[in-house]
Amino acid sequence: MNSTNKPRKTPQETQAIVERSLSRRYWAERRFRLYGLAAVTAGMLFLVYLFFVIFSNGMGAFRQTQVRLPVYFDPAIIAPEGQRDIESLRAADYPALIRAALKAKFPEVEGRAATRELTRLISGSASFDLQQMVVGDPGIIGTTEEIWLLGSDAVDLMAKGRVERDVPEDQRPLSDTQMGYFDKLESEGALALKFNANFLTGGDSREPEKAGIWGAVVGSFYTLVLTLLLSFPIGVATAVYLEEFAVRNRWTDLIEVNINNLAAVPSIVFGLLGLAVFIGFFGLPRSAPLVGALVLTLLTLPTIIIASRAALKAVPPSIREAALGMGASKIQTVAHHVLPLAMPGMLTGTIIGMARALGESAPLLMIGMVAFIVDIPQGFTDAATALPVQVFLWSDSPERGFMEKTSGAIIVLLAFLVVMNTAAVILRKRFERRW
Amino acid sequence: MESAVQVERAGINLKPGGRVSDDTALQTPVEAGKTVGIIAVDDPIFSCRDVDVFYGEKHAIKKVGIDIARNQVLAMIGPSGCGKSTFLRCLNRMNDTIAGARVEGKILLDGKDIHDKRRDVVQLRARVGMVFQKPNPFPKSIYENVAYGPRIHGLAGDRVELDEIVHGSLQRAGLWEEVKDRLQQPGTSLSGGQQQRLCIARTIAVNPEVILMDEPCSALDPIATARIEDLMEELRQSYAIVIVTHSMQQAARVSQRTAYFHLGDLIEVGETDRIFTNPRHKLTEDYITGRFG
Repeated sequence: MNSTNKPRKTPQETQAIVERSLSRRYWAERRFRLYGLAAVTAGMLFLVYLFFVIFSNGMGAFRQTQVRLPVYFDPAIIAPEGQRDIESLRAADYPALIRAALKAKFPEVEGRAATRELTRLISGSASFDLQQMVVGDPGIIGTTEEIWLLGSDAVDLMAKGRVERDVPEDQRPLSDTQMGYFDKLESEGALALKFNANFLTGGDSREPEKAGIWGAVVGSFYTLVLTLLLSFPIGVATAVYLEEFAVRNRWTDLIEVNINNLAAVPSIVFGLLGLAVFIGFFGLPRSAPLVGALVLTLLTLPTIIIASRAALKAVPPSIREAALGMGASKIQTVAHHVLPLAMPGMLTGTIIGMARALGESAPLLMIGMVAFIVDIPQGFTDAATALPVQVFLWSDSPERGFMEKTSGAIIVLLAFLVVMNTAAVILRKRFERRW
Repeated sequence: MESAVQVERAGINLKPGGRVSDDTALQTPVEAGKTVGIIAVDDPIFSCRDVDVFYGEKHAIKKVGIDIARNQVLAMIGPSGCGKSTFLRCLNRMNDTIAGARVEGKILLDGKDIHDKRRDVVQLRARVGMVFQKPNPFPKSIYENVAYGPRIHGLAGDRVELDEIVHGSLQRAGLWEEVKDRLQQPGTSLSGGQQQRLCIARTIAVNPEVILMDEPCSALDPIATARIEDLMEELRQSYAIVIVTHSMQQAARVSQRTAYFHLGDLIEVGETDRIFTNPRHKLTEDYITGRFG
C-alpha cells in the first residue's frame, strides 16, 4: 500500500502524545531546580553556622580584660638614687610597682605565696607598659595614677564568662582565693573589657593576653606581594609563550601535561622542594618571606598558567587575524590586542592562585615559617610567620586563652582575603571596561 | 623538493599560459595546473605559478597559476570548499598562522618571491592588506582602529599627520561623514556595514598596493553591500583588489576578471563579461547557470 506517503499518526494524535509528556518534562525541570535550591540552602546554612562559631569565639579576641589600679610610681623603687637616664629607668623593678599597688588594694594579703597568687591576676607583661610610661615621661615618677593594667588570661576568661564557677578548684584557672579578689575588683568597677588594640598591632607572645596578629599579617603581606610579583609575570609570560608562540609538538604536549600535574601536587611537596633547593642549595635564610614567596610562586604558577591559557584561547581568532593582516608582528598582536582582552580572565586565575597561596600553611611549615617570632618583620629576609601558620600555632597552644585568639586570627585572615579579592575585582573591572 | 623542479618548469615566464580553446565546444577535463583561459596579464602585481597548498594531508590547492593585474578587481568564485579563500590567504601569507598548512610554488609580488627568506612577512602584509568575511574591528575606538596600522609601521611623524591619515582613510572608505563626531567611540558600536567600511579604512590607512577581500559582504544587508561595492569601484583606481565572493551577481558587478575554482583546481580564468556570457568549461557553465554550488 502507499503507507510510506501517509503520516503514521494524525496531528491530533501527535499533539496528545506531546501533551502527555509535557507534565513529565516540567516535573523534571522543577525537580532539578529543587535540588539546586536544596544544595544552596544547605551550603548557606553551613556557612552561616561556620561564621557564627568563628565570630562568637573570635570576637572576644578583640576585647581584653583590664584591671584598674592606683599605681604609685615610687621613686624608691624606680630610681633610688634619683637617676633619670633611660638605661636605668628601663632596668627598674616595675613588677614591684604592681605588687605594691595590689597590696594597697588588698591589704589583708600576707606572705609570699598569697602575694604571688594575687599578682597572677595581672598579666606579666603589664610591667612593660609601666616601663614604657616611665621612659616616655620620667616626670610621672613620684605621682600616683589610676592605670588600666592588662589582666592575666585567667582573669580575662573569667570576665568573659568562659569559666564555670561551680567546677572543682583544680579544674579552674582561678583558685577560690583569686575568685575572691576577682569578685571584689568586679564589684568596685575596677574590671573592664576594653578594645584590644594590641591584638591587631602586636607580635606573637607566649601569653595569650599579650599575643598579637600583626607580625603574621606583615609576614603574609610580604610573602604575598612577592608571590604576586613573581608568579603573575612568569605565569602570564609562560601562558602567552605556550599559547601564541610555541610550536605544537611532543615537547609542548609534555610540558602541558606536567603543568596540569603540578597543579595537583600536594602543597607540602612544594615545601620540601623549597627546603631542599632554596634553603639547602642556594642558602637563602630560613623562615623568610622571600623563601615563602618562592615556594608559593611554584604552587600558584600552574593555576595562573592554566587560567591564562584558557583566557587566551577565549580571545576570538578574528582579532588576531585582523592585527596580523594589518602587518602587526606576532608580539605586537599579542601585546596590543590579545593580552588586553585576555587580562580579566588572567586576573581571575591570579586571584584564585593568590587566595590559595594566602591560605597555605603546609609548605611554609617546611621552610621554617612556623617559628615563634615576636618581632614584626621589617623586610623580605627577616624571620616571619604567616596568618594560616599563626592560626595553626595558636590552635596548638595549651593555654585556653589562645582559643579565642585562634578564632580571632581566622577573622583577620578572612578580612585579609576579602580585602585582597576586592582589590583584584576592582582591578579586573577596570580592565573589562575597555570593551 | 619536487616543487623546485615544478617552479623551474613554470619559471618566471609570463607568456600566456593555459590553453585557449575554440569557442564552440565546452571543455570538460579537470587536470591540476590546466586552466582554461589566459592566466597571464601585462605588468601583473602578483604572479602565481604552480601554487600548492596542503592542510596536513589534505591537498587544498592544486597547481594554481594566475596573474593579478593592477587597478583591477579580480573576483574568485566557486562552490564552498573549493579553495578560493585558501588561495587568497596565500597572497599575504596568512596561511602561515594555521598549524599544519604548507604552501608550495611561486608567488611573485612585483617579481619577487614572497616566500623568500629575506622578505619580511610584516612588510608583505603592509603591502597586501586584507578585509575579512566578518567585520572584525579592534575593540578600541574608531580613531584607534584606523590609526593602528600607521602607528605600528611608523607612518605618521606626529599627531597632526596621524589625524590626516585617519581623516583621509575614513573619507576614502566613505565613512567620514557618519563617524566624524564620534571618533572616540568604540569601533564595535557601529553597524555591520559601517564596521566593514571601518575595516577597509583601517586597511587603506597603511597605503597598501593590493587589497584582499574575503567575502566582505556576506554578513551585510543589500544596502551596505551596495556601498561596499561602490567603494571597491573607487578603490580600484589606486589598488589591485582580489575579492572572494559567493554571489555571482556581485562578481559580475564589481570585477573585471573572474577566476572559477573547483575542488582546489583553478578551472577557468577570463574577463568577467566573457566568463558570465560565454564560459568555456563545463564546470564553469554549470556553476554560473546555477546547476550546482
